[in-house]
Amino acid sequence: MGFTNVESQVELIKEISGSDPYKCMKCGKCTASCPSYDEMDIKPHQFASYIIRGDIDELLESKAAFKCLACFACIERCPRDVQPGRLVDAARQLQERQRGGDYMQPEEVPELLAEDLPQQLLVSAFRRYRR
Amino acid sequence: MKYSYYPGCTLKNKAQDLDRFARASAAALGFELVEIPEWQCCGGVYPLGTDEIATKLSSVRALNYAKEQQQDLVTLCSACHHVLKRVNDDMKNVGDIRTRANNYCGFEEPYQGETRVLHFLEVLKDVIGFDELAKKVVNPLEGRKIGAYYGCLTLRPGKILDFDDPENPKIMEDFIRALGAEPVIYSMRNECCGGYVSLKDPEFTKTRTKMIFDDSTGFGADCLITACPLCMYNLNKSEASSKVPVYYFTELLAEALGVKEEA
Repeated sequence: MGFTNVESQVELIKEISGSDPYKCMKCGKCTASCPSYDEMDIKPHQFASYIIRGDIDELLESKAAFKCLACFACIERCPRDVQPGRLVDAARQLQERQRGGDYMQPEEVPELLAEDLPQQLLVSAFRRYRR
Repeated sequence: MKYSYYPGCTLKNKAQDLDRFARASAAALGFELVEIPEWQCCGGVYPLGTDEIATKLSSVRALNYAKEQQQDLVTLCSACHHVLKRVNDDMKNVGDIRTRANNYCGFEEPYQGETRVLHFLEVLKDVIGFDELAKKVVNPLEGRKIGAYYGCLTLRPGKILDFDDPENPKIMEDFIRALGAEPVIYSMRNECCGGYVSLKDPEFTKTRTKMIFDDSTGFGADCLITACPLCMYNLNKSEASSKVPVYYFTELLAEALGVKEEA
C-alpha cells in the first residue's frame, strides 16, 4: 500500500483516536504494561513517533495494531494521558477502512469454532478484526 | 427493588450459569432483575473511534429504556458492563456523540446519560452491603481459598468505569469474605487473559492464562472466580483449570445463599 497524502492520513488518525501524539514523552510505560508487546513489530510507545514522523505506510503495513487485546492497561497507566491504545486502535481502523484491510474473513471462522466458545468471543473478534 | 437488567448475548447461551445463579441470588436477597425487552448485543468491545456512533446505538437504546422505567440498569457480563458504562459516559460528556445518537434514535426526550449503570457486584456492595450479605449466608464457604480474577473490563479505564481502584481492587475480595471464604491476593488478578485473540491465536492466550494460574496458585488459591464469560473460556482452556476450577462469582454466591440447587 502506498499513500500520496501522508498529512491527511496523519490527520485522520488523530481525528479517529481523539488523541494527541505530541503529548507522548516516550517513557515506555505503555509498552511495559502491554501483554502483547512481544507480538508487535511496532511497540505501543512507538505509535506516537510513527504518527508524528508521518511514517504512515510502515504503520499500515504492520499487523501490530491487530495484536492489541483492548485491555486498556496502557490507557490506564499513561502518565501523560496520551491514551496510546487509542492511537493503536486508530491505526487498526485506518487499515480496516481500506479495501482488503480486514484481518479476518468470515470463511475462516467455522474452523476456529469450539463447542464451548462464547458468543462474546465471536462478536468481539468481528468488531476488532473487520470493518 | 427492581432493576432493568441487561443480560447480553452470552448469558443467553454459553454463560447461562452466570445469569441463572444471579437471578436466584437476587431473589434471595430481595431484589429483582427485570430483563430489558428486545435488548440488542453491545458488540463485546467498546468502539474507541471518536467517529464510531452506529456501533454504540444498541447500548444507547438499552440505557434509554432503563431511564424510561426510572430504574438503574444492572449488568453481569464484564464486557456488557464495560461497553454500556462507557457509552453512557459518552452520552453524558461527549456532545457530538450525544447529538448524533439522539438525532438518529429520536426518543421522546433526548437521552443524556441519566441512567445509572451498576454491575451486579456493585449492587451487592453499595445497595445490599457486604455486611448484610454475610448475614444472609446459610452455607458459608469456610476453608475455601478463592482467587478473584478481575481481568480488564470492569476496572479500566478507572476514571470512567469507577468500579474500584484499577491497580489494587478489593470489591471481589470483600465479596469472597462475605461468603465466608478466604480471598487470595495475587498480582495477575487485573492483567488480561488474552481476550478475543484466543479465536485466531489460542496459543498466545494459553501463555497468559498459565501466568494467571501459576501466580494465583502460588499464593495458595484453590479456585478462581470471574464475572466474564470470555475470561472463563480462556482460563478453562488451560490445563491448570482441571485442578483449579474457575467459577462464575454468582455460582458461589448462590451456593452460599443456599439457592444453588433451585436455580
